[in-house]
Amino acid sequence: MAVPSDGPRATAAGAPAPVERPTNLVISGVGGQGVILASFVLSQAAMADGLDVKQSEVHGMSQRGGSVTSHLRFGPKVWAALITPGTADVLVAFEALEAARYLHWLRPGGVVVFNTLAINPSPVAAGAAAYPRGLAAQIEARCPGARAIDAARLAAAAGEPRATNMAMLGAASAVLPLDATTLEAVIERVVPPKTVAANLRAFHLGREG
Amino acid sequence: MRDILSGNEAIARGAWEAGVRFAAAYPGTPSTEILEAMPQYEGDIYSEWSPNEKVAFEVALGASLAGARALVAMKHVGVNVAADPLFTASYTGVKGGFVLVSADDPSLHSSQNEQDNRNYARFAKVPLLEPADSQEAKDFVGLACELSERYDTPVILRTTTRISHSKSIVELGERAALDPLIGVERDIAKYVMVPSNATKKHPLVEQRLRLLAELAEEMPQNRIEPGDRGIGIVAAGVAYMYAREAFPAASFLKLGMAYPLPAGMIRRFRAMVDRLYVVEELDPFLEEQIRLMGVRVDGGKEAVPLIGELDPGIVARALSGVGAPGATAELLAPVGDPVPGLPGRPPTLCPGCSHRGVFIALRKLKVFVSGDIGCYTLGALEPFKAMHTCICMGASIGGAHGMEKVTERDGVLKNRAVAVIGDSTFFHSGITALLDVAWNRSDTVTVILDNRITAMTGGQQTPGAGKTLGGLESPPVDIPRLCEALGIERVRTVDPGDIAAVEAALREEIAADGPSVIIAPSRCALVYRLRGEAWHVDPELCTGCKVCLKAGCGGLMLVEDEEGASVEIVPSQCTGCGVCAQLCKQGAILAPAIEEAIA
Repeated sequence: MAVPSDGPRATAAGAPAPVERPTNLVISGVGGQGVILASFVLSQAAMADGLDVKQSEVHGMSQRGGSVTSHLRFGPKVWAALITPGTADVLVAFEALEAARYLHWLRPGGVVVFNTLAINPSPVAAGAAAYPRGLAAQIEARCPGARAIDAARLAAAAGEPRATNMAMLGAASAVLPLDATTLEAVIERVVPPKTVAANLRAFHLGREG
Repeated sequence: MRDILSGNEAIARGAWEAGVRFAAAYPGTPSTEILEAMPQYEGDIYSEWSPNEKVAFEVALGASLAGARALVAMKHVGVNVAADPLFTASYTGVKGGFVLVSADDPSLHSSQNEQDNRNYARFAKVPLLEPADSQEAKDFVGLACELSERYDTPVILRTTTRISHSKSIVELGERAALDPLIGVERDIAKYVMVPSNATKKHPLVEQRLRLLAELAEEMPQNRIEPGDRGIGIVAAGVAYMYAREAFPAASFLKLGMAYPLPAGMIRRFRAMVDRLYVVEELDPFLEEQIRLMGVRVDGGKEAVPLIGELDPGIVARALSGVGAPGATAELLAPVGDPVPGLPGRPPTLCPGCSHRGVFIALRKLKVFVSGDIGCYTLGALEPFKAMHTCICMGASIGGAHGMEKVTERDGVLKNRAVAVIGDSTFFHSGITALLDVAWNRSDTVTVILDNRITAMTGGQQTPGAGKTLGGLESPPVDIPRLCEALGIERVRTVDPGDIAAVEAALREEIAADGPSVIIAPSRCALVYRLRGEAWHVDPELCTGCKVCLKAGCGGLMLVEDEEGASVEIVPSQCTGCGVCAQLCKQGAILAPAIEEAIA
């Protein structure tokens, strides 16, 4: 599924994209999960790959249990930082409900990579709403080719339970036209020195799916 | 050298490169990160959090009058607070370049209204620059400084959330060479705005706008980008980027300076293209001025939404709907519906938040809560619903005072107003309202939630925090003594983590004659990383009554299975504050020590 960065620019699903059109990536999750750090790593890697890049997120409520989204676009030339619903090539969701919430951002044939983890939002924790059942199946039914990732298991296997975001980043990298070596170099730069090896292991386990 | 910077980081960098020596702000989303980025330039730029935007504006203006290039940053509604000095600084002019950054928030991601601050430029008769990405955000700070000095005027640099919080590649430069400061000059005719002097200034302000409009015709930041002559689009700021995305082949008139406008360039552009569209977020600010020039506009606000932020798809559909050719096909394709029936994920008070106990007590008493702006505004939401007004910074106390003055004291709690305000908001603009309460003697009860930080915007120092923006020690404000000095005789403190104590204090002060202040001192659990050992629910004692869930805490989780409902504590979330345990009538929520003692 991986698209070689030196090969012809192709979308995640393998269909050729319009030449000038940047890659559109939406990352979603819950405050504190590392959505912003993952966006940072991908942006830096895109710039290092010689691409133009723009990224947008909304701050504010994210630290208080709210949902967090980040829009990331990279390509030869990027105008807008915002991605219009229905035009994302890839949706990377750090939590299952947050995958379902943004599915309509994907274009037809777009790919969703989602963490199977469920984090109860406050109305569910308070008993005022139910966490939807069978989300993974719903996501897969709506988006064939969806990639379900057990990021907690991969991070644990890598020896760093907190590296779930790196496992998700690895899984995302498998469907993004970015150079894996560049991504590894950025990860080495941004994670604490002692955790580099474990974070890279998590990245690779995610990338291998 | 290149880096990926947010618009806000780019503005801070631009200030450094432009030789800015002084920067001030009061935190406010989406502007906060501009000043947060300033301490890295310490030594070159003096930077501070000021108690409010008006003070921030005034201190920066003082630095400018002393010859230094100065920058002041605030969110859109902050400019309302600073409007008084802004309008007269337009008359005095400046000495060192003076830049007012206004960060607007279309779609109200974190605001109480959606005002379009471009209107302030026209109102105060000062130029306004509008960057469209981080590179321009950085470059326009230097341009603003130059225009400010050359035209003797404050300059507004206006961003929106999607400029301030979007990141893009920026080419970095070096700091400009600076002339030495020569100190404050005495020039009474220029700086003392008594009527006799101000009368002479007004014609100069009007003349300045005419000269700036002439400059607008020539400055490279305003430019015609020829493309398909069938369609011409006038746009500035983030709307330009959306329009470029939506109509890649169109001709553009890209405005870097959105006020005053280049009438000649606009007429030339109109003559070049068959159909002319104006794309802008919020108000028809450009469109109305362009129409007033007698220039025909084929599509503006009758097509492009007046409310909320835009995106490329909205622009593509809006202009296509009024006959504009050449929209990017992908943006016009129908969009699938969102997955229905998903529970929302609203923000909540953090586990361990000291506001929780106070709102539980307020909810129980059913008083009218005159509210204010901060994290504690979440007290208006489920499961508290214990805040009944939220207008602007500092409005809680004045609001409660007015209500008290016109309400009969009939002994019914639900007819009594209690003001609730955070420490940072109290310092911002609550003090003067409390002075009114003390002076004009109402029975208002004011609760000050003192968590020693500006929490909502991510944890910025306050005058009560004991530290400045740069991390220097500073004497924290003594809130009880301040209240006493204002003339409040009944001042008390209460532990906000003790619901019964808060309730008792409220009952007593509400019953008392004359004004009173209840201070709830604490530390923000998030910013100060308060972390105690997690508590525990005894499954034998828990009856699943769900009363504890009314604490609205993310550390509590309802578990429902065949055997019925029960509540569990999520150890990774629980900070051990114990507030939920005070709600439990079964005594089922246990502190770690108690649990051990039983074992």
